[in-house]
Amino acid sequence: MTQTPAVKNAPRHAALGLTDEQAVAMYEKMVLARKFDERSQLLQRAGKVNFHISGINQEPSQVAMAFAMDLKNDWFLPYYRDYAFVLSVGMTVKELMLSLFAKGEDPNSAGRQMPGHFSARRLRIVTGSSPVTTQVPHAVGFALAAKMRGEPSVSLVSFGEGSSNQGDFHEGCNFAGVMKLPVLFVCQNNGYAISVPLSKQTAGRICDRALGYGFPGVRVDGNDPLEVYRVFKEAHERALAGEGPTLLEVMTYRVTPHSTSDNDLVYRTQEEVEHHRAKDGIPAYRRYLTEIGLWSDEREQELLARIRREVDEATAYAEQAGFQPIEDAFRHVYAEDADGEAR
Amino acid sequence: MPVLEYIEAIRTAMKEEMERDERVFVLGEDVGLKGGVFGTTKGLQQQFGELRALDTPLAESAIAGVAIGAAMAGMRPIAEMQYSDFMFPATNQIISEAAKIRYRSNNDWSCPLVVRAPIGGGVFGGLYHSQCPESVFFGTPGLKIVAPATACDAKGLLLSAIRDPDPVLFFENKKCYRLVSDEVPEGEYTVPIGKSNVMRQGTDITVIGYSMPLHFAMQAAEELSREEGVEAHILDLRTLQPLDREGVLAAAAHTGKVLIVHEDNKTGGVGAEVAALISEELLFDLDAPIRRLCAPDVPAMPINPPGEKHFLLNKDKLKAAMLDLARF
Repeated sequence: MTQTPAVKNAPRHAALGLTDEQAVAMYEKMVLARKFDERSQLLQRAGKVNFHISGINQEPSQVAMAFAMDLKNDWFLPYYRDYAFVLSVGMTVKELMLSLFAKGEDPNSAGRQMPGHFSARRLRIVTGSSPVTTQVPHAVGFALAAKMRGEPSVSLVSFGEGSSNQGDFHEGCNFAGVMKLPVLFVCQNNGYAISVPLSKQTAGRICDRALGYGFPGVRVDGNDPLEVYRVFKEAHERALAGEGPTLLEVMTYRVTPHSTSDNDLVYRTQEEVEHHRAKDGIPAYRRYLTEIGLWSDEREQELLARIRREVDEATAYAEQAGFQPIEDAFRHVYAEDADGEAR
Repeated sequence: MPVLEYIEAIRTAMKEEMERDERVFVLGEDVGLKGGVFGTTKGLQQQFGELRALDTPLAESAIAGVAIGAAMAGMRPIAEMQYSDFMFPATNQIISEAAKIRYRSNNDWSCPLVVRAPIGGGVFGGLYHSQCPESVFFGTPGLKIVAPATACDAKGLLLSAIRDPDPVLFFENKKCYRLVSDEVPEGEYTVPIGKSNVMRQGTDITVIGYSMPLHFAMQAAEELSREEGVEAHILDLRTLQPLDREGVLAAAAHTGKVLIVHEDNKTGGVGAEVAALISEELLFDLDAPIRRLCAPDVPAMPINPPGEKHFLLNKDKLKAAMLDLARF
């Protein structure tokens, strides 16, 4: 990259319609998610929490896709590595920590579900489960409801490439294609379904499957957040214009084990992991911001200190917070009447 | 009061509720222009348009899953499974998703969904157009399950199911569609979910069941009354989940002799839970061991006529079992 952009050549983010503040905010969310994730791993290793499942290396694309969405009208059905995504649509580190510690104030599930099972109606984040891909038809249902009510809403649903082999993926895509529904199907292809590499999961390209459902499929480099933003913005506009769904295959790599319960060196080499770690999109994006004068070492230090404080405070708060009281633990199987009795 | 066929009562409930509440819509295979393979949704697309009587691709998990998403978004979907035999691809969506959405989100989200599915044999449907899958879903907390035997209850329970804030499985009996007709109040009325109904008052034995076999029990009871002086007390569960505990216990205590009947196979069926409940609460009030008359424990009924006839319950089988219990 050149040191100073020419006046008539706007920086890439500006050419995409992103303000300088948004470009910087994207970077801050990426780093926040990374630091939350690293702390979560430490807490698990220290025996403070039972389980963590990581999204490290997938943050740049997750943040970019969130910035392309309309937070007031769209519906979000993330998957379990989408920390950077949910942080970008309004969830706080404190809330994620409460979920990690399975505490009662956790807005995702009051500490009932494993971490990574995001839910917050106020943020239009739809509750999800562990059997993968069930959320894909749900996203289609949200889009159908939007169409029936004439609302300008788009559903974004994400899943891993392993999930793209489930029947619910095909059934959901096909349904949305037939009805031209406003859905962004987001496959975060990180190369592994736990231990099984992509080459043993599918013989084709996942983005090409869209052809069979009659809508566009796009493959994009997940380490290039501005390119991710561009393709998501386009897909979002198509969806809003009534032109139907888009399948977006975000190419990334899972640098962590599947979860804190997995030993990944049983099925891949450290060299392979390091090769991909070197392509981390966060330092590359930092270089971009620095080169156009939006970032500096001083700002970096200030950001890291601020995030450190935020993560420390969230950790301390979540650690001391209470679990859901036992008398409430088995409530809400069914709707309750005013007296708290199941209806 | 007008007399309606069971299938007409179901259609009327959907039509009236769709007129009353624009959030209500029906989706499934062939439910639109054709009006369903049994005709249950006939006329709805003509009245409400393509979106609200929605022909879907042939994919049951998507029918359930899309309906679940729409329900979470605030709609009131009625998802039709063409035959309950074809419902199993949707089982993950129903059990892992619909049933758990309120609980897993600590009441932040809910899933007001109805899944309608025809159950039962006697139409030469063979293994895969005849099954009763209630026991697969029974015992899944978060689901409500209803299975009406009469036209009146079919309409009233379907209205309750559509208005219920939680997912309801509505098992309608395909043999009842045109065989069963009874008086149905005009206009709006509901039958509460979770309440059983005494179909016949009697003093000698109690028959507890749901759906089609109750009609055999009623016919047998009339003959036993005439021929043997045996008076059967007959309880229609109507709702399988949550079971009407008080209703079951009162009916069992009423005669002290209990016969449980259903077309679903015996092992692990709803009847096992009813029997366990009575045993837990009333064992020393009983005058005879609890009996069950159910379908045999084979995968499903054959299509050949003697095989189907042998598999299914009928008036004579009920009569023999009821008389035997009365004489205990």
